[in-house]
Amino acid sequence: MSAGHPQTSFDKVWADHIVKQETADTPAIVYVDLHLIHEVTTPQAFTLLREKGLPVRRPDLTLGTLDHSTPTTPVRSFKDLAVVGESAANQVLRMQENCAEFGVELLGFESDHRGIVHVIGPELGATQPGKTVVCGDSHTSTHGAFGALAFGIGTTEVGHVLATQCLLQRKPKTLAITVHGDFQPGVTAKDVILGIIGQIGIDGGTGHVIEYRGEGISMLDMEARMTICNMSIEAGARAGMIAADDTTFEYLAGRPKSPSGAEWDKAVGRWRELCSDPDADFDKSVEIDGDKLQPMVTFGTNPGMVVPVSDPVPEASGDPGFREALDYMQLAPGKPLSETPVDVVFVGSCTNSRLSDLQQAADILRDRRIAEGVTMLVVPGSQQVKKEAESLGLHEVFESAGAQWRESGCSMCLGMNNDTVASGNLCVSTSNRNFEGRQGIGARTILASPLTAAASAIEGRVADPRKYI
Amino acid sequence: MKAIRKINSCTTILSKSDIDTDQIIPARFLTTTSRDGLGTHLFNDWRYLKDGSENPDLVLNKSESKGCEVLVTGHNFGCGSSREHAPWALLDYGIRAVISTGIADIFRSNSLKNGLLPIVVDDDTHEWLISNPGANVDIDVTNSTLSINKGNTVQFAIDGFARHCLIEGVDQLGFLQNEEDAIRRFEETRSWTP
Repeated sequence: MSAGHPQTSFDKVWADHIVKQETADTPAIVYVDLHLIHEVTTPQAFTLLREKGLPVRRPDLTLGTLDHSTPTTPVRSFKDLAVVGESAANQVLRMQENCAEFGVELLGFESDHRGIVHVIGPELGATQPGKTVVCGDSHTSTHGAFGALAFGIGTTEVGHVLATQCLLQRKPKTLAITVHGDFQPGVTAKDVILGIIGQIGIDGGTGHVIEYRGEGISMLDMEARMTICNMSIEAGARAGMIAADDTTFEYLAGRPKSPSGAEWDKAVGRWRELCSDPDADFDKSVEIDGDKLQPMVTFGTNPGMVVPVSDPVPEASGDPGFREALDYMQLAPGKPLSETPVDVVFVGSCTNSRLSDLQQAADILRDRRIAEGVTMLVVPGSQQVKKEAESLGLHEVFESAGAQWRESGCSMCLGMNNDTVASGNLCVSTSNRNFEGRQGIGARTILASPLTAAASAIEGRVADPRKYI
Repeated sequence: MKAIRKINSCTTILSKSDIDTDQIIPARFLTTTSRDGLGTHLFNDWRYLKDGSENPDLVLNKSESKGCEVLVTGHNFGCGSSREHAPWALLDYGIRAVISTGIADIFRSNSLKNGLLPIVVDDDTHEWLISNPGANVDIDVTNSTLSINKGNTVQFAIDGFARHCLIEGVDQLGFLQNEEDAIRRFEETRSWTP
């Protein structure tokens, strides 16, 4: 596979999925191995299939779930889950009908495996090294943590994949981000990716597929790697990838959709070939000093407006957008962020809702109480994560601290279900976007790690987690 | 998709950089199962005040913007989510082209599949457009040119295939379906199966 010109990991996965090479006149036809679908970005695509009388070409390579517009209010039985709002309820119903009609597996309300699409793909072992994975969702970049080529697509493209299992794509460029050194205590994957976005900017990855490499990446477990790849899109990148290694194989072994027996050995042999060749060329390279990173928080209205949690809000630059962002956030330049009062804390989302994220938050909250007046939601990424967390008693830690323990879903990340942040309220959130109004009309969002979120809940203001560990 | 060859229109300016898709169409409007009618909610939280009335300060609500089909924006327009509702909302509102110094990847791809023309221009052209709100521009998709300021014409980059689809109104799905034999061959001959 690596004979001849040295190739990047991306080059190898790309080449392995070319149905037809690109030419000056036409893009490449790229085959899709795993198509994940959810209720929000698919109804119009199914309508198109129906209008054209087309089947789903490969329902066996398509997997659906319900996550975005679903409620997370705790229920005894899934039968009690009531989707809030007529339009959201209709959307969920349409997803159920579409999957049934077109023969697509839907991990719906009755499934123990329902959850956020980017949590359940890996959890089930459906996400695997060397696969092409797409979904009508920009955070599909998450799956790149397994050495897959995974990227978000629009609804028209969802229709293309449903009908033909293929996409028309121009080959993106490559960007190597090498993270050196070990991290200080209290610095997590979330801080690393926020630090990277702060350094390269929110359009620093536009047109590129990022490969994260270096010992700062290879020492991370799979859940931390998923957090990093998840936010590749926040740097504008098409996708983010991390070469598969023993950590990856260990995670995948024995999962429901992972290969087994002789197939497993064959797959691992193939997966080992997928890392970038030593002399492979990248179009761009960036170096990150991991040992200099600190717990990071955002202060503005995009994920690139980021500072160490103990630093003050930066002085205004000449950009009028900078001033507007601070006005929206009601923050003053030069003022320490750590004095900012917090109304809401959200631990969840496809960035930070996996078991290790919840464990980190629980470690800080154990035997402590969240500050009076703070509302804290802990929303596991999937029903499986919920079950595992409960078996470890984490739900009791959260509830004793005064936080709410919820059913799985996207929840407060994007305010399109019932979980929203009230206008003017400030939320320290482990999600991925601090855009204006993202968590609710007028909501102010500070992105942070689960450690920083938990510490902030205790203090009722943005807090440095290092004193709690 | 409707063919799009020429646009002659005044411009509306939103000079802010990094306008994300949550601003273009907030997530709470994504519970729809249709592509239609999203124009009402385009830039919803900028366009309307708390009482639901139009925000008179927003340029889109001013009389000089009415009927303008070309939106000029700050750098990195359309960053964030992959929601195709963003170009659907712009088109439904009446915008047919977006001009910026940088346009996010997924938004650009979604726009091209719906007949919304994303145009990236150099800093000087952008600066001129920003300083001359309401200017009349001529866009010729076939020749990839943008004419501003009485005949000053600049070339813009656009993928040849995307341009062909725009000017002929070609449905890209049809193109893929015509490759069914190649797709089947790929599936039958690959060295492993997912």
